[in-house]
Amino acid sequence: MNLETLARIREEGQANAAMRVATGLPGTGVHHVMVCGGTGCTSSGSEKLCELFASEAEKQGIADKVKVVRTGCFGLCALGPIVIVYPEGTFYSQVKAEDVAEIVESHLLGGEPVERLVYEDIGDLKLPEGHSPTLYDTVFYHKQLRLALRNCGRINPEDINEYIAVDGYRALAKVLTEMTPDEVIQTVLDSGLRGRGGAGFPTGRKWMFAKAPAPKKYVVCNADEGDPGAFMDRSILEGDPHAVLEAMAIAGYAIGADEGYIYVRAEYPIAVQRLTIAIEQAREAGLLGKDIFGTGFDFDIQLRLGAGAFVCGEETALLTSIEGNRGEPRPRPPFPAVKGLFGKPTVINNVETYANICQIILNGADWFASQGTKTSTGTKVFALGGKIKHTGLVEVPMGTTLREIIYDIGGGIPNGKKFKAAQTGGPSGGCIPAANLDTAVDYDSLKAIGSMMGSGGMIIMDEDNCMVDIAKFFLEFTVDESCGKCVPCRLGTRRMLDILTRITEGKGEDGDIEKLEAIAADLQCSALCALGQTAPNPVVSTLRYFRDEYEAHIYEKRCPAGACKALLQYAIDPEKCKGCSLCSKKCPAGAISGEIKKPFTIDPAKCIKCGVCMETCRFGAVVKK
Amino acid sequence: MALTKEQIASKTEELKAFIAAHKDIDGPLMPIMQHAQESFSYLSMETMTLIADSLGIPVADVYGIATFYAQFSLKPKGDYVVSVCQGTACYVKGAAAVLEEVKSRLGIEAGETTPDGKFSIQDTRCLGCCGLAPVMVVNGDVYGRLVPADIKGILEKYDA
Repeated sequence: MNLETLARIREEGQANAAMRVATGLPGTGVHHVMVCGGTGCTSSGSEKLCELFASEAEKQGIADKVKVVRTGCFGLCALGPIVIVYPEGTFYSQVKAEDVAEIVESHLLGGEPVERLVYEDIGDLKLPEGHSPTLYDTVFYHKQLRLALRNCGRINPEDINEYIAVDGYRALAKVLTEMTPDEVIQTVLDSGLRGRGGAGFPTGRKWMFAKAPAPKKYVVCNADEGDPGAFMDRSILEGDPHAVLEAMAIAGYAIGADEGYIYVRAEYPIAVQRLTIAIEQAREAGLLGKDIFGTGFDFDIQLRLGAGAFVCGEETALLTSIEGNRGEPRPRPPFPAVKGLFGKPTVINNVETYANICQIILNGADWFASQGTKTSTGTKVFALGGKIKHTGLVEVPMGTTLREIIYDIGGGIPNGKKFKAAQTGGPSGGCIPAANLDTAVDYDSLKAIGSMMGSGGMIIMDEDNCMVDIAKFFLEFTVDESCGKCVPCRLGTRRMLDILTRITEGKGEDGDIEKLEAIAADLQCSALCALGQTAPNPVVSTLRYFRDEYEAHIYEKRCPAGACKALLQYAIDPEKCKGCSLCSKKCPAGAISGEIKKPFTIDPAKCIKCGVCMETCRFGAVVKK
Repeated sequence: MALTKEQIASKTEELKAFIAAHKDIDGPLMPIMQHAQESFSYLSMETMTLIADSLGIPVADVYGIATFYAQFSLKPKGDYVVSVCQGTACYVKGAAAVLEEVKSRLGIEAGETTPDGKFSIQDTRCLGCCGLAPVMVVNGDVYGRLVPADIKGILEKYDA
C-alpha cells in the first residue's frame, strides 16, 4: 500500500464514517444497523441478531438499503444487546430476536422508530423541538469523552477499510514520511501520556530509555488484563484492534524495533479472533511487514496467548512467559527498556496506552495535554461493575469526580440501597468511602486517598457488602495468584488471609488488626514485584476507612453488613409472621417449624443460613441478627 | 470425555506435526502446550514427555509450566464444564452463593469432576460480562443474573 491508496480508501469510506458520529446527517440512503459484538452483548445473544437483521431485510425486500455491522462495545453492557440505527442514531436496548422483524418493518422500511425499544434516559438535558434523543444525548454518554474508545461501536473491527476510513494508519504514514524517531518520542513525551495499565509511568520516557542503538529490539503490548471485573483492554481489542497494531508500529519506528508481540489473555476468545484477523489484513495491505509505505521501515507483530496467570500482567513476568517459562517476575533494574524480551531492549505498554498514540500523533501533543488535568492528561476508561445501575464501560476526562462517574453516568445504586464504597485498582487497589466521592479521578489524587488508578476496574459496593469480606476476597485472589518466587509474598499473603478468614468466621482475636498492619507494612517494602508490594492495599484501605467493621467482627462477633455467614443468625419476627408456613416448606434444612396461623420459629442448630426463608417471606418477617 | 485409543493416536500424530512446525520459533514451549491442552483437553504424562523429548528439555520444565498456569489441566475434564465466575463484580452480587449451590447440587468441589465424568466445576476469575453478574458458563452457554434457585433447572438441561 502507498500513501495514495490509503487516501483513496479513506475518501471512499468517509461518508459512512461521518454518518456514524454525527446525527441528523442526510445519510447515503442506506440504513446502518450497528449491532454490538462485544463480549457482554454477545453473551446476551447479539450474534444471532446480526443474522436476523440481514435475513429479515432480505425478506422484506430492502437488503440493498440495509447494512448490518457487527461492532465493538458501546459501553452500556447492562442494557445489552444494544443496536444503533444510523443515520438517525436511534439507540435500541435489550433487543430480542422477536423484535427484529418489527424494527425492520417499522423503522428501516417505514421510517418510524420502534418507540418501546428506544432508550431515552436523557436526564435534565433539553432537546430542541422535534429532535428525538440519540445515543449521544443519553445521560450515560453525555459526560463521556471517548478518545481511546473512539472507534468502538463506530466501525466493523474485522474490516481494515472501515478503520482506514476513520483516519486509520494515517498516523503511521505521518511518522514514517514526515517525522524523525526523536520527534515521535518528543511528541509522546510532550503529550504527558502516562501508562494506563496501572502504575502511570510516562510513556514517552519509557520510549526514550529504549532509544539507545542496539542490533535487536522489541515492542510488546500487555493485553493480559487480569484484574477481575476490568474489561477496558478487551473492549478496545474487540472494537478497534488496528489502533493497537498501528501504535505498536509507531513505537517500533520510534525506538528502532522491527518486531512486536501482543500477549493477550486466552480467556478473551473474541479479542484473540479479531486481533488475528486484523494482523492478517494489515499484512495483506502491506501495513505490517517489509518496507511499509515504501519507506524501508519493517515491522511485524506476533500474538502470544496467556494461560491464566494474573502475575503475567506484571511486565517482567509477562516477558518471561513469552520466552516460554513460568511467569515469574525478575528483579528490576535492569528495566525492560535496557534488558527485556529475550534479553533485548524492549518497550512494553498496555493496550489503552497504545490506543491513545495515533491521535496524539495526528492531533498533536498540545491537543492531548489540554484534556484532563495537568499531571494526568487525556482520558481514562473505567469498567463500572457491581452494585450500579449502568454496568459497563465509560471513558471520562481525567479529573472527573467519582460522584459524576457513579451517579451521573453510572445512574447510581439500584434498589434504593446506600452507596458504601468504590473499589479501584483491583487486587492492588483500595476502597474509597462515600466521604471521598468528590475526589477527582487522576493518578495522584487516588493515590493520596489510599487507592490507585489501576487499570480501570471500578466496582461499586452498597450497604450489604461487608468490607472485611471484600478484603478477604482480594487476599484469596492474591494467595492464589502469587507465583511463589519470593518469600514475603508467598507467606505474607497467606498469613494475612488466615487472619481475615478467622475474623470473618467470628474467631478474631484482640491484636489481629495490628498483626495485619505489621505484615502489610513488611510486604509493601520487601516483595519482589508489584503484585506482592500492592497485595496488602485492599486490607490497608479498608482498615483505614472501615476499621469499625473489623472491630465489630472481632470484639462483638457481629457483621454489620450481614454478609458473613458465620456471624449471622436468621430469626422470625413473631409480630410480623402470619403463620403461612411457606418458609418452612422452602427450607432445605428443615429448620423451620410451627403451627399454621401462628408464628413460626427457626432452629439455629439446624439452620444452614442459606437465606431462602428471607427471600420467600412475603411479610418481611424473617430478619438477620 | 474419554478419548478412544484411535483418537489418542491420531491426536498424537497431529501434535507431532504441530511441534515440528513450531519448535524453531522464539519461545516455542507455551504455544505447543496450549495446542496440546486444547486438543486433548488435558496434559497426560505421555503428552508432556513427548513435548519435552521433542524440544530436548527436561519433563520437569514442561510439568513446571503445566502446574503454574491455570489453563493447563493434568486430569481430563467432564463432558460439561460449569464455570462459575468469581470475579469481583460477580462476587459483590452474590456469586459465592451460586457456586455453593452448584457444588452441593453436583456433590463435588471446584476443580473436580463428577464420578460419571459428566460435569466439572471451575471457579473462573472473570468471564468479562460483568453487566450480567453473577454469571456462569456451561460449555459456552452463558447464564446471567443468577440466583441460587436457578441452578437446578440449568443443570437438569444437561443431565438428560
